[in-house]
Amino acid sequence: MRFDLMYESFFKIVEGVPLTLQVVSISTVLGIFLAVAVALMRISGSKFMSLPAYYFVYLIRGTPLLLQLYFVYYGLSQFEFIRESILWPLLKEPYWCGIITLTISTGAYSSEIIRGGILSVSKNYIEAAEALGLSQAKTFMLVTLPITVRQALPAYGNELILMVKASSLISIVTLMEITGIARTIISKTYAPVEIFLVAGSIYLAINFIIVMFVSLSERRLGIEKAT
Amino acid sequence: MFDVFALGPTGWGDEMLMGAVMTVLVSTSSLLLGITIGIVFAACKLSNFFILRAIAEVYTTIIRGIPELLVIYLLFFGGSSAVMYLAKIFGYMGYIELNAFTIGTIAVGAISGAYSTEVIRGAVNSVPKGQFEVGKTLGLSGYSLYGKIIFPQVARIALPGIGNVWQITLKDTALISVTGLVEIMRQSRIAAGSTHEPFIFYTAAIILYLLITRLSNIFFDSAEKKYSKGYVSKEAI
Repeated sequence: MRFDLMYESFFKIVEGVPLTLQVVSISTVLGIFLAVAVALMRISGSKFMSLPAYYFVYLIRGTPLLLQLYFVYYGLSQFEFIRESILWPLLKEPYWCGIITLTISTGAYSSEIIRGGILSVSKNYIEAAEALGLSQAKTFMLVTLPITVRQALPAYGNELILMVKASSLISIVTLMEITGIARTIISKTYAPVEIFLVAGSIYLAINFIIVMFVSLSERRLGIEKAT
Repeated sequence: MFDVFALGPTGWGDEMLMGAVMTVLVSTSSLLLGITIGIVFAACKLSNFFILRAIAEVYTTIIRGIPELLVIYLLFFGGSSAVMYLAKIFGYMGYIELNAFTIGTIAVGAISGAYSTEVIRGAVNSVPKGQFEVGKTLGLSGYSLYGKIIFPQVARIALPGIGNVWQITLKDTALISVTGLVEIMRQSRIAAGSTHEPFIFYTAAIILYLLITRLSNIFFDSAEKKYSKGYVSKEAI
């Protein structure tokens, strides 16, 4: 075990942390909007809304993220009309392709979590809100949403960890985040175990902080630990 | 447009199908390795020895908290030297190189093993404690108790969870393409590069993955039905 190398590479790999966190947080925030939209489409009751949402989720959950990333980064740029569209400044950048792909992916996965959360809201609450004369929008914002957040939070914590892990894939389209830097150092020094331990500990630390944060919010929202 | 998928030397149709076969092969062997690892570590997690529980806990925490890609890089760059190191202990001094299939199976198997561990542990826990006690009271041997009474029930309860693990494993094998194993992902990259038609080949890859997903869903559904025969759920009583 080469501890000097581990010490040295730690400071190099840590430089990738801001990019990882940046990509994860931007796509997580954008992904929540997408997820709520997809979840509402799926439970809307109208087939024109729920079927496209169902197939979207099926498509994203049934294919590897790496393939989705290649599709967005290499596949779309094949077409002239995309290269001339206003989206091109975004789609030619690996950074934005990574964010778009991760947003779509987390949007699909979290929509299932949110759908489950919404469906778990008891009908009695909705009826009570109706009886009190709340509008549909107000019922959703004041009754359904807060309860959904409470119900969905534990599962959403897992999704956040999956997002941190998934963000490592953007290193394949040349972005130098934690995994990208780690890979470069491995191929230079040929010390896979040492670098793996360093990069892995950084990921574990990030995920540990997320777990702490989620369980703190769970406690604040009064979620009982499921037995 | 579709002549790029012609079979034989003129098109990429047969190569893509071979890629799909490779994906199924490497996913299946990874899943089998993963289930084996899962049984061992689930036993560790359920054991009375603190040290075994700690080892299993460290393993599942690390694998589930670290990107799959890092695990694959670790084995890709370090797998061969680790095997040579082990071989040296047993007196073999030659050069050993693991092929991409073996490395991929070990890497994805290790990942899927962590998820299987949790699924199997949950399934064992859901077998009522009374059954273990009755088995011991009746004087059943370890094999009779675990092999004939506990295992069939664990298998039935774990089946849906293993179906999910299979889905994760299938998608994780796409990452092995970075080590050069020619499965769907790698093959569509090669084809896209040589024909300058990335869109159509990545679309084909998407369709192949969805097809495998669909077929395996059918398989797991029918297996679930088969193993639930004669079983009445608690809610129905």
